[in-house]
Order: sequence, then structure tokens, then C-alpha cells
Amino acid sequence: MTIREGYEMVVGLEVHTELKTATKLFCGCPNVFGEAPNTNVCPVCLGLPGSLPVLNRGAVELAMAIGAALGCAIRPSSFHRKNYFYPDMPKDYQISQYDEPINVGGALELPDGSRVGIERAHLEEDTGKTTHVGASGRIHGAERSLVDYNRAGVPLVEIVSDPDITSAAQARAYAAELRSILVATGASDGRMEEGSMRVDANVSVRELGDATLGTRCEIKNLNSLRSLQRAVDHEAERQSELVASGGRVVQETRHWDEGAGKTVTMRSKEEAYDYRYFPEPDLLPLAPDDAWRDRVTAGLPALPAARRATLLGLLGDPTASQRDQVLSVVELGLDTMVTSAVSAGVEATLALARVANEVAAIEGTAIEGAERLDVAGVVTVLEMEQAGELSATQAKAVLADLAEHGGDPRELAARRGFEQLDAGSLDATIDELIVAFPDEWTRYQQGDDKLAQFFVGQVMKQTKGQADGKAVIAGLARRR
Amino acid sequence: MTSLSRDDVAHVARLARLALSDEELERYTDQLRAVLDHARDLEAFDLEATPPTAHPFAADPYLRDDVIVNGLDRDEVLAQAPAVEDERFCVPQIIGDAP
Amino acid sequence: MTSAIELAAAVRRGDTTATSLAEGALAAIAAGDGAINAFLHVDAEGALAAARRVDAAVANGEDPGPLAGVPVALKDNLCTRGVPTTAASRILEGWRPPYTATVVDRLVGAGAIPVGKTNLDEFAMGSSTENSAYGPTRNPRNHARVPGGSSGGSAAAVAAGMVAIGLGSDTGGSIRQPAALCGVVGFKPTYGMVSRYGLIAFASSLDQIGPLARTVADAAVCLEVIAGHDPRDSTSLREPAPSLLDALHDGVKGKTIGLVRELVDGSAPDVEAAVAASAVTLRDAGATVIEMSIPEMRLGLSAYYLIAPAEASSNLARYDGVRYGLRVDADDLTTMNVATRTKGFGDEVKRRIMLGTYALSAGYYDAYYGRAQRVRTLLSRAFAVAYGRADLLLGATAPTTAFELGAKTTDPMAMYLSDVFTIPSNLSGDPAMTVPFGSGADGLPVGVQLLGPARSERLVVAAAQVLEDAAPS
Repeated sequence: MTIREGYEMVVGLEVHTELKTATKLFCGCPNVFGEAPNTNVCPVCLGLPGSLPVLNRGAVELAMAIGAALGCAIRPSSFHRKNYFYPDMPKDYQISQYDEPINVGGALELPDGSRVGIERAHLEEDTGKTTHVGASGRIHGAERSLVDYNRAGVPLVEIVSDPDITSAAQARAYAAELRSILVATGASDGRMEEGSMRVDANVSVRELGDATLGTRCEIKNLNSLRSLQRAVDHEAERQSELVASGGRVVQETRHWDEGAGKTVTMRSKEEAYDYRYFPEPDLLPLAPDDAWRDRVTAGLPALPAARRATLLGLLGDPTASQRDQVLSVVELGLDTMVTSAVSAGVEATLALARVANEVAAIEGTAIEGAERLDVAGVVTVLEMEQAGELSATQAKAVLADLAEHGGDPRELAARRGFEQLDAGSLDATIDELIVAFPDEWTRYQQGDDKLAQFFVGQVMKQTKGQADGKAVIAGLARRR
Repeated sequence: MTSLSRDDVAHVARLARLALSDEELERYTDQLRAVLDHARDLEAFDLEATPPTAHPFAADPYLRDDVIVNGLDRDEVLAQAPAVEDERFCVPQIIGDAP
Repeated sequence: MTSAIELAAAVRRGDTTATSLAEGALAAIAAGDGAINAFLHVDAEGALAAARRVDAAVANGEDPGPLAGVPVALKDNLCTRGVPTTAASRILEGWRPPYTATVVDRLVGAGAIPVGKTNLDEFAMGSSTENSAYGPTRNPRNHARVPGGSSGGSAAAVAAGMVAIGLGSDTGGSIRQPAALCGVVGFKPTYGMVSRYGLIAFASSLDQIGPLARTVADAAVCLEVIAGHDPRDSTSLREPAPSLLDALHDGVKGKTIGLVRELVDGSAPDVEAAVAASAVTLRDAGATVIEMSIPEMRLGLSAYYLIAPAEASSNLARYDGVRYGLRVDADDLTTMNVATRTKGFGDEVKRRIMLGTYALSAGYYDAYYGRAQRVRTLLSRAFAVAYGRADLLLGATAPTTAFELGAKTTDPMAMYLSDVFTIPSNLSGDPAMTVPFGSGADGLPVGVQLLGPARSERLVVAAAQVLEDAAPS
């Protein structure tokens, strides 16, 4: 499923993210997910006659942080009304930003080094949620619909990229990187499956070398990064095949059907809907002063691109597999563990490997809100391993204990009976096993190196994992 | 400014979710045309350099702290809803997605 | 008829009780409103409960507030929790808001007693209160005449002596014009001076709430109570209410007052004569009255009838039968929306919604709404230039005395022309007040209008008091 040979795709992404504020954009109702329907509402977010919007300072600050993180210019901005009728919109207009958005221009640097331009990132309010009764629960064929306004008025930032994306993989990488940034700034929790981050793709194709843009289609209903990638590839293929066979792409909005693996036309629309945008009379224009803008920019945490660069710098000449580990460690937000360990004297390769593998696995099974492994504890375990006080296997076990019980790694190690296996005990153990497995020992002596692992395994069994594998192999080699 | 036609009025009536009888369409077209004709006096000015007024007085916007304020009780809200089901507002079949 | 200030003083002294005043108002309404139809809803229970609270406060030696015990009427586009609020429309028939407008809370906090909700043109769109879905209100001075609009109910209730103070709203003249036609004081404050939270919106950049009363002093004390910053209204001025009572007797000596020809031209001879007489009064009181011309004012009507309907078309979209109010059932949502709005809205409202939708629509925005907002800037600048030469401006409030019911209902443009002198202040956002100044040829009241620059309420009130003191009876 890929674009036809001789064609290239041009893709732009529109990402809507809910902001992690305590309250909604224009009123003091709680901004929380999953509560009983219509319990977080007030005259403002219900759009009752006589209600008026009042802007949430926290939402503005997060919108500015997003803009700053994306390298945008934070500009004076104003609000507009986007007018249309739909039951999930209490006022039958949405307060959004139109020709004067808060953030303009910017760019996103992807892990592979490519850059995608950001056209704008603006504030707007979210709609309520509609559920459909009858038929399959989808809107078509439903008998009636039920509306919950808890989500109405939740703050959104809409981030529009330039049409710089040239492959489905790059589209996915863009969305993943953007999500990391949104999470890093604290603006969003970036959960596509839950809807706190929504991605729409604008896709068009053209013949290779053609400078003009083809007609584009907007693809909606992309609930995961995987869906995004599949949908973009499928749509590029569909369009390129259509054009190649003499057809014309119709500008429309299409819905991604995950099960069928294709995009389908949504109910055909007339030309662009007339939203009759006009300046929102109930809200004054916003012009954050230099002091506020500077504070926001200075308060940004280190962003993924910079954090990746830091780790790569520590490794010196990273292998491909280490590059992958760097990507995953930064994406998981575990890079400070690595840098802290390295500062404490742990060797970078070891720190990276342990965090990328063991720590990541532990964090992955953690219950929501459970205590994460603390950085100091992890660093101590790594120091112990590096000093030879713990074997690799023992280090992994202590990390697991640390996650479950917390506490001091040295105490945990002692409780497990992990002591430094002194050279004498190790020698004694090796000698015992040589006597116990004469055939295997003969084959090893004759050059069958694979049996070294056999003896390592036996030593581990005997010492309950306390031995250091490398030391065992060295001991065997000495006796050969 | 172009002259307002019956089709124009029919179009905006649809946009505004209003149904008009033929007689009303005729009457409203005449009446609206009269208002728009009167408004031709605005055409006499070259206003390129005059910015539009969006708000009578400029000021820094008042910003609210991101702090929870008590809202409405759900029962009070739903008590006057035309149709309620499952603690939600019930509407008849929606044809078509949001524009 | 006793003024609000005198009533409140009597209550605080113990000479009368809030309960007795409330009962009196309710009795007056019961006796007189059948002929006038000023009230859409009378809240006897609420009024008496509020009165009891005020009386208890007085008995406890607590300060019951500057409007203690004063019966007040509220235009029915002000939300009052648990009390029907219809905006004189069928689409909100029976709706009881779950919250109360800020201005009402402030009035009650000052000890006032809301006795009921008054009639208006539907959604405040009109100049005669004939656009109400619940029948017109009649002018208390002549029942065959209109009380003006859109705040006709409040104006009539005050003029008839049923209440001392009424709240109205003014978007294109809807406080001032009915006040003039009924012979009472009407005050539109600076835009943003009074919170719009809880005012059912018509045109958001123009709407302001203000008092109608029989005296300038009553209007002033009411404005002191309801004005001042409200964090729930983002357009509300970031300052406390102005103090006005102590400016009442400042006089106008040494002030320059501009008699604006565009605020007089086109008015009936008796109205023009009243304005001329008021100019003499002001001159006699020590002001310099100069003749001025502000031609941009002539553009006000056209600009207003593009801007106001445009904002209204958006503000009224929410009445769709989904969450509250009227619903006309149908098999699908859009049909339900259309049936509900078609049945629920009256002619004038539909007319303005369509006009406004057109003025904002693709391809026409620049020519209509966009252009009108630029003309608005032109007008504001012209006002600013005028205020460089004069402290206040003077003119007529309405072109004629109260016209007959039915006289202008067949021709919308004729009705719109009633607002020609009041509209400019809504567009600029500046304050303006109408003061009764004698009678017209038919014996009906004439009002004279004073306009001031933004935040000049003290100046306006002082000049108004001069006129009131000398007004012909």
C-alpha cells in the first residue's frame, strides 16, 4: 500500500490538543475527563442566554509555551466566532482564532534530522460530545443522539503544519515528535486514543518534479500513530492511482476506516462552508507583554531534540542500536536518569542500556500514577553494577525491587543476599563444575567455545545469579 | 454593492435555520433590500485606511485565574431541557457531520 | 410620585417598611397594568421575601443599602434565577434561568425589591414594544400610543408610578427613546461601565444596561449601584462604579455644550423647539452653547443596521430547540431547528437575523459588516474631534412624541428612523442621557438628550440636573 511510482505526496497535518488546565477556556468549570455527563457545566459553557466568556490565563500560558517550544513568534492575537449549527456546540458558534492567531511560524525538527514548518498554533474551545443511539452507534442510521457538554469549552490548541511532509513515515514521526513536545511542556498528555490529541491529515499528490500542488483531501478519524501512517500511505496510493488513470481528485473530507484499511468519502459536502467569521465582541484582543513572553520561553523544559543531542553527545560514536535506544529513552522521558548516572561516573553505554531496557520495561508495566523509579536509586544501582558489586542479572533484580518497594538499593541488595562473590568462591565454584561435567569440560578445552555459556549457566545456577558472567568466562579461559 | 435577490434571502434563511413561505420570501426581500439601499450612503467614503472597530474601547483583556468555580447543578440544567435521555440532551437524528 | 431616594430614606428612617412599599407596588400593578401591559411577569412572592429581608436588616440596625425597599422593575431580557425570563419571545416562553444577572444581584444587594419583569420588543429589537410576542405595552400618558422601545415596559412602569426605577437595555436607543416617549429619565452609560453578564445578548458590542427613573438623582443612584467592574464580563471597564450623586449640583457654569444639528434635523417642530428651549436653559445656567455639525452622525443608522443585526444573527443562533426553550419536534435535527426557530421567532427578529447573516456572509462581509465597522471608527473619531471643542453635546432624543400603535409596523425602515438620534452614542460607546423637557404639540412628553465623552457620567448627570430643575411641566 504505497504511492504509485513516479508520484510524490504532499502532506500537512492539523493537530488539535486539549490543554492540561484545571479549568475550561472561558469558565471555571473543571477540565476533567470521564465524569458523569453534564456535571461540569455552567451558564458560560452551556451558552445560556446572557452568558459571557472570560479567558483562562493558564490556557494562554500553555498556548504560549507550545508556540515557544515550536519556535513560533508569539504575537498579539484576537478571537473570532466561527458560526455553524451543530448540537455539540452550545452557542452554535465556536470561539476560535482566525486571521490573528497567537503563534505564527515555527518548525519542528524530527529525529531523522528533517524539518517540518509550522504555519500557526492557535487557541479555540472544544465542543461537547455526542453519542448516537440506534444502528451501530455511528452517526449514520442513528435514530437519535445524546449530548454531554462536559467537554464543551475545554481549551484546545490547533497546530497546523506547512505542507512539508513527504512520506507517511515522516507524518508519523512528526506526530510522535509533536506529542513528545506537548507532553514535555506540560501542555498536554498527548493521548491520541483518548482524544486529548487529534490528528487530521491533508494529503495531495503530484508527479515527481511537478511544482504545483494537487487537489488535497482531508483525512479524519486517525486514532493512533499507526492509523495515521497507514491512512496517509493509503490515501497517497488512492490519489496517485486515480490521477494516473486519468481521473481527478475531488476536494473533500474522507474518513479513515481502520477495519477496512481505506479512506471513505464522508457525506458529500457543498463547497467550503460559510462560517461567517467575525471578531468576537465579547473578548478583547490579547497582547502578552515581553516580560510574560520571556518568562514562558525561559521556563520551557529541555525539548526532545536537545535531549537527544545531549545523549548522543555522551555516547561519542553511537551505534544504530544505541541511536534507537536514545530515541526511546527520550520519548519515555527517562533521559535525565541517563545523564544523572553519567554525571555520577557511570559509563554512558551501560547507563543507556539499563535505562532503555530494564527501566523502560518496569515503567511500562507501572500502574497509572504509581511511584516511578527515582533517579537517585537507579543511579546507585548502576554505580554498584559498574563497580562490580552487582552482576547484570543482580542489578536487574534490584531495579525490580526498587520499583516495587522503594528504599535503599544497597539494603535491597543485601536483603536478597547479593554479596560480592569474591574471587575465591568463584574459583571454587568453577572447579566444582569442571569436575561435575567432565565431558563438557573436555569439549571446551578442545576449542568448543559455545560451552563457555553452558558453564556460565551452571555457575549462575550454583551461585543464584551472583556471579558476574564476564568473570566466569575469564576464569574458564584461564583454566583451558 | 449588488442588489439583494430572492435567492440571496432564501440562502441566508437556510443558513440561519429559518423557513419562509413564498409570501414571506417576497416581503422580506423587499424589506431587506430597502435597508441595504439605505446603507448605500456608506459607499461614499474611501475607508481603506480606516481600521474597523471591533470593540469600542481598547484595553488589556481581563484574564481569569485557572481556578475551579462552582458550576450548575445538573438537575437544574436538565430540568428545562426539551428532551433528556441518560442524563444527556436528546436530539432527533443528525443527518450529516459537522461542517 | 415619590422618588427612589426619598423612599429609601423613609425605609432607613423607619417611617415606612420595605414590605409596605412592595405591597403598594404590587397593588398598583394589579390595578393599573391591565390597561398598559408593562409587566410580563409579576413576582409577588419574590418581592415580599426580599422586602422581609430588608425590613429584618433595618430592625437589626444593619445598613440596608442605598435603595432599601425601593420597588424596581426589570426588563425581561435580564436573567433572574427561577423567575420566567422570555426576552418577549415565544422561543423562551416559560424559561426560568438557573442564574441571575450581575446587575440584579447588585440591585438586591443595595436593598432594592424587584417586583417583576417588564415587556420589551422581542430580543430588544424594536422601537415601540410592538414586536413583543406577548402583546404591546401602551404609553401611560395615552393608551393609544406606543411607549417606545425596546424597553417600553420599564419606561411605562416608571411613568405610571408602579415602580420608582426600572432597568432597561440600550443597543440603538432602547432606554433613551422609550424614556423620552413616556416622559421619564433614561440613562445609557459608557460601554463597559455596567456588566452585561446575565443580559440576553442582542448586539454585544453595543448593548448596555441602564436605569429609567422619574428623576435624574434616582437614575444616578441606580447607576452607582449597578456599575463597576465585573470579572464575569470581559468587556467590563476595569474600574469601580463612579460616584455620581455628589456631582448632581455641580451645574454647568463654564462648560461648553455643542448643539449638534444632526441630532435635531429631521425632528418634528415641537421636538426641535424643546431642544432649543433646553439650550437656552443651559446658557442661562452659565454654559456656552455653540452650534456644531458632525456629518458622520448621518451614517450612524446605516452602520447600525448592519452591525447590530450581524452580531444578533450570531447571538441568536443558540436558540435551536436543543437545550432549553421551545422545541418543535421533527424526525431529524435540522428540521427540528428550522421548525423551532420559525415558530419561535417573530417577524422583526427573523428580518434582522437574515439581514445580519447576509452582512457577514462570504463575499459580502467587506462590503457590509466590514465597511460598517470602519464607518463606526470614522464616527468615533468625529466624536473625539467634537469633544475637543465641547464638554457635552445636546440634541433631541426621539424625532417625534409617542406615535400611535400600528403607525409604523408595516414599514421597518420608518420604524428604524426612530433611532437616528440615539444610535450614534451606541456606536461610539459614549454615555448619553435623556431628560423630560416639556410637552409636544399633542401634550405628550418630549425628551432632550445630553451626550458626553467616555466615562463622563458625572458631567452628564450635572447637566441633566440643570435641565430637570428648569423643565417646563
